[in-house]
Amino acid sequence: MTAPQQAPRVRRRVRALTVLTALAAFALLLAALVAWLNVRGEGPLTPQGLTPAQARPDVLAHGAYLARAGNCAGCHTVPGGGEPFAGGRGVETPFGTVFAPNITPDARTGIGEWSPAEFWRAMHHGRSKDGRLLYPAFPYPSFTLVSREDSDALYAYLHSLKPVSQPNVPHELRFPYSTQAALAVWRALFFRPRAFMPESTQDAQWNRGKYLVQGLGHCAACHSSRNFLGATRLNAEFAGGLMPDEAWYASSLASANEAGVQGWPQADVVHLLKTGVSARGAVSGPMAEVVYSSTQHLSEHDIRSMVRFLQSIALREHPPEKIERAAGAVMELGQKLYGRHCASCHGEQGQGVPSIYPALAGNRAVTLGSPNNVVQLVSRGGFLPSTAGNPRPFGMPPFRHLMSGEEIAAVSTYVRQSWGNAAAPVSALDVLRVR
Amino acid sequence: MLLRRVCLIVLVLAANVRPLAAQPAPVENTMAQRMQACSVCHGKEGRATNAGYYPRIAGKPAGYLYNQLQNFKAARRRNEAMNHLVQHLSDDYLRDIARYFAELDLPYPPAQPDTLSPAQRIAAERLVFEGVPDRKIPSCVSCHGKRMAGMQPAMPGLLTLPSDYLIGQLGAWRTGQRKAAAPDCMAEIAKRLNTEEIGAVARWLSAQTLPTGTKLETASTQPLPLPCGSGER
Repeated sequence: MTAPQQAPRVRRRVRALTVLTALAAFALLLAALVAWLNVRGEGPLTPQGLTPAQARPDVLAHGAYLARAGNCAGCHTVPGGGEPFAGGRGVETPFGTVFAPNITPDARTGIGEWSPAEFWRAMHHGRSKDGRLLYPAFPYPSFTLVSREDSDALYAYLHSLKPVSQPNVPHELRFPYSTQAALAVWRALFFRPRAFMPESTQDAQWNRGKYLVQGLGHCAACHSSRNFLGATRLNAEFAGGLMPDEAWYASSLASANEAGVQGWPQADVVHLLKTGVSARGAVSGPMAEVVYSSTQHLSEHDIRSMVRFLQSIALREHPPEKIERAAGAVMELGQKLYGRHCASCHGEQGQGVPSIYPALAGNRAVTLGSPNNVVQLVSRGGFLPSTAGNPRPFGMPPFRHLMSGEEIAAVSTYVRQSWGNAAAPVSALDVLRVR
Repeated sequence: MLLRRVCLIVLVLAANVRPLAAQPAPVENTMAQRMQACSVCHGKEGRATNAGYYPRIAGKPAGYLYNQLQNFKAARRRNEAMNHLVQHLSDDYLRDIARYFAELDLPYPPAQPDTLSPAQRIAAERLVFEGVPDRKIPSCVSCHGKRMAGMQPAMPGLLTLPSDYLIGQLGAWRTGQRKAAAPDCMAEIAKRLNTEEIGAVARWLSAQTLPTGTKLETASTQPLPLPCGSGER
């Protein structure tokens, strides 16, 4: 009696076991695949490359120049007086805060014990000396394109710096983003180590520009939109996006309505990157930092090369959205505030003053889809960066000391919907969110 | 009839003409125009009054102003607005800015009645003119000048600053929120003062004024009462 009853139970058990085994095998296979995808392309750590003692002065100078081009100190220094390259700056991301490490040659807290090959592996493969996977807040999805020669020069330069003993700050990431497993999955999905391949249909200068923009310059780290896992989308490269801390919007380099420079005279773009100002616009926010710390120091030839490439980025325009008109009362308040606080510099008709105050009529930074930048500028004011080409810039007061959130919203809305400008109104909630 | 019409037209036109005072000043390529960014808080031409919170910067020694701009740039002094404004300005430009405000010679606001009790006033004046030698607290005048108008090269004037600002700064020195070049003499002194003394001396200083044209004192030939990283530049 029992045997025929037991048979289906056994069969069920066997089936369950088979399914479980298959699932386990599949999981194992997936894990192996993820693991393989994470080390693919890595050769043994070859002891090639110069040690700092062997590095020639021209190599050190080249490394220092490359550190400027990549603005390494920008993240690897605590803003406002931190020891240069000693790390500690927190990069806010939607997943938590990633703290840049110490990259001075201190043996205990810095990269003093690293070999050139280990440094290259970090740049090209995104793995640390101890084999840990690095978070892509360190923009190795861009730096992977940097040549071994340039990586070695950077290494030699960093190793010539004064060692600073400053322990690294542990990252503050939420679970599961804090785990190496999650990072491995992310990398399997979104990261491929690759070498820079010059395009044979283009000349050397254009290729040099592409190498700088896509590699060390890591322009796409800010100027691209990111997916929900924080990866820059390949098909949205340079299409603009909110900065990782969501304070500023990095405008699209692929749109004539945002920061695209395809239609500009080359000299204006060169001037913008060299000095921070141009006949057609100026830099503000995080881009002011880029010009101040990085691009103003680059050679004329390299800037020209970058501009050649930037001007060749294919345009990808968004279809125009229907713009809601602001309420009459808001425009009235905005106009009153504009007349009182803004018109004396930016002009009654938003026409600006040539080479001193930017025009607001037709200003692309004013009419971006995201209200972030205009709210930041009105709230916090600021100076253009002082550069060799614009040593004593003009400035704008921080109006949040004078205006309520509602007033900042009204004046921002007013400039976005006057003199032919047509962009969505800014609400007091937007102002609160951006501040 | 014609005359009336002409008069009417003239009147209408006149009504449309704005009074001259309302016309914005023309934008010029000057330092004053560049420094418009400062005026919202520090007042026109940097002469904030003793009301409110923001300090007067006009006429302070260039050395002091330059040190503060550098301190804001390096976040040794924390004020979100100031840290943001100076972050991408070169040392040369900061020097120009300091010199510009230092050279402004503008009248001081009138004296204000203070709200101190007689006992508080005595305590404040003792700190200002004599200090408290047993607690190693030097007098204000020993560094900031006999009239507290400031001293070259880098000691700021103290009068007509808002009392909230003075209390805020002395408090920030006590807690390490405000730092100056080491050895940080004011941090030492602020830590030796108690909160009642800070309140009294801040309110006393805030209520005083100086005659128009008061100049900074020249640098002292005497050593300062305690080592001072900012004072000896």
